[in-house]
Amino acid sequence: MNRIQTAFAHKQNLLNIYFTAGYPALADTLPLARALVAAGADMLEIGMPFSDPLADGPVIQHSSTVALANGMNIKTLFGQLAPLRQALPDTPVLLMGYLNPVLQFGVENFCREAAAAGVDGLILPDLPVAEYEEEYAETFRRHGLRPVFLVTPQTSEARIRHLDRISEAFLYLVSGPGITGNTGPADTTVQDDYFRRIEAMSLKTPRLVGFGIADQSSFRRACRHADGAIIGSALIKALAGAPDAPAAAAAFVAGIKS
Amino acid sequence: MAASATFSYQTPTARGYYGEFGGAFVPEMLFPNVEELRTQYEDILASASFRAEFEQLLRDYVGRPTPLFEARRLSEKYGTRVFLKREDLCHTGAHKINNTVGQILLAQRLGKTRIIAETGAGQHGVATATVCALMGLPCVVYMGAVDIERQAPNVARMRLLGAEVRPATSGSQTLKDATNEAIRDWIANPVDTHYIIGSVVGPHPYPDLVARLQSVISEEIRKQLLEKTGSELPDYVVACVGGGSNAAGAFYHFLDEPSVRLVAVEAAGHGIHSGHSAATSVLGTPGIIHGSRTLLMQDADGQITEPYSLSAGLDYPGIGPLHAWLGASGRARFIAITDDEALRGVAECSRLEGIIPALETAHALAALGQLGAGPDDVVVVNLSGRGDKDLDTYLKNMDKLV
Repeated sequence: MNRIQTAFAHKQNLLNIYFTAGYPALADTLPLARALVAAGADMLEIGMPFSDPLADGPVIQHSSTVALANGMNIKTLFGQLAPLRQALPDTPVLLMGYLNPVLQFGVENFCREAAAAGVDGLILPDLPVAEYEEEYAETFRRHGLRPVFLVTPQTSEARIRHLDRISEAFLYLVSGPGITGNTGPADTTVQDDYFRRIEAMSLKTPRLVGFGIADQSSFRRACRHADGAIIGSALIKALAGAPDAPAAAAAFVAGIKS
Repeated sequence: MAASATFSYQTPTARGYYGEFGGAFVPEMLFPNVEELRTQYEDILASASFRAEFEQLLRDYVGRPTPLFEARRLSEKYGTRVFLKREDLCHTGAHKINNTVGQILLAQRLGKTRIIAETGAGQHGVATATVCALMGLPCVVYMGAVDIERQAPNVARMRLLGAEVRPATSGSQTLKDATNEAIRDWIANPVDTHYIIGSVVGPHPYPDLVARLQSVISEEIRKQLLEKTGSELPDYVVACVGGGSNAAGAFYHFLDEPSVRLVAVEAAGHGIHSGHSAATSVLGTPGIIHGSRTLLMQDADGQITEPYSLSAGLDYPGIGPLHAWLGASGRARFIAITDDEALRGVAECSRLEGIIPALETAHALAALGQLGAGPDDVVVVNLSGRGDKDLDTYLKNMDKLV
């Protein structure tokens, strides 16, 4: 069992926290990760900043721009991940990012170094499932890296069943139409219908809800229909301008989990 | 066509690949949108109702066929036979409207009720706002905040036509970022909205869709050349390339005619290796931009970099996957023209032929001296747009033009 599967086997209502590597400062990766986990985050999703993050809203776009200006890149991040893994031996760590920087690093090199640094899974939203299966699945598998696939309200049942079959991590339920950082819908009926439809499919793969989860009430609502949720933009907002970023991160998580 | 049954430069694979370039690298949130388009565009484009309405609008609204004009004084100057395909005479002043007319008809047949687009210099935005006014559909055009400042007349045109122009304030605030914002809008509005991409870029099927809609240019060139020269086939077809839509249209029906030399002209800006250039075929490396695997300008970490050209229509950091493949396979020759050379092209075409070309188009004209064409050769230059929109730039550079 990998760290991701172990976490789902032993915990309920998992809180997966996203933060952008290199934001607010280049060396914040390890102190932020420690503070988040100490405060109750069950899983970490670390963003590899990209110049053109198509699925992200203004908050994560801005954090990516700052991180790149701070000098963050994949090589630097891998250097920070090895001590992170030593400090947090049991926490599942996923890398989230866009395909182009990974291609330039070299997929084989990327997977080898990510695995050596203790990474458990990858979320690459613009890597199409068909391309993944044909070109990259073997490499990912050889290095023990689990891809996470996204499901949206428009994803067909047949496609969800296929993603369920090939998943060894969790399915990322995108809460509704839109990019990251949107607030949830005023009327939650449609969203609840979507979550219930997926619940009724009895999938083997655990599910985390993401996009638009910002506070304790949206987290709890997501947990009613899934195994937990992912929070990103709301945390990044809490870090912006905070005098002590790790302390702000810890306070944010405590506010969700209390 | 002389194409063999097994291979054609015109047609990508079922998954949208031209050689190693193309595909649809989109997040799952866009998968249903792109899939809807992919599974329906060929049938819709082939349908009798679409064809009839498209042809009627191209004729009565756009003003097609556009003339093929034998440019005698340019011919004399370059010692070859130069023809200009007058896309500048299209309604709205450039070839862009061929694509937007086709895509609005497609959007209607897909049941879409809202249109979005990106624009750099504003020509595609104006062409999109125009067809939305014609069809009574709401239109949002994303435009980089920097470009909104630089291209005030086109912003005014779009607003006059009823479109909402939304500034893209992320990144470098130019065409690349406007495209990102349009894609983000499409993610947020997956059911009712059609995204009219302005060039042969983006995820499959857009490159093929836009190339087909623009292919009317080369379809007409063949017929017109037959009348004027006795042969449908020229020796050279020359067109400028930013994303590459006018070039794709001008090349399309010659792609599988190996005797026709295809010349794609990029913007060298201050010079290819000056650090201020948009010559993607030289400076670019394979990667993913806006959902397509193609050549793009990027740094060693795979971050997309900002191109430069004096012409706002050519400063895109990628090129369409078809063009990346035409370059890699040797089917097309790429030439890069600097800002100053392009300005000389503007002056020359204005003085010798009485036609003030768009700055983008002037890059193609400025390549005439580099073709090596002989006196018996027939050279077709796609005159993709007129220069009215560039008058500000021309005024600022009058010393180089007079």
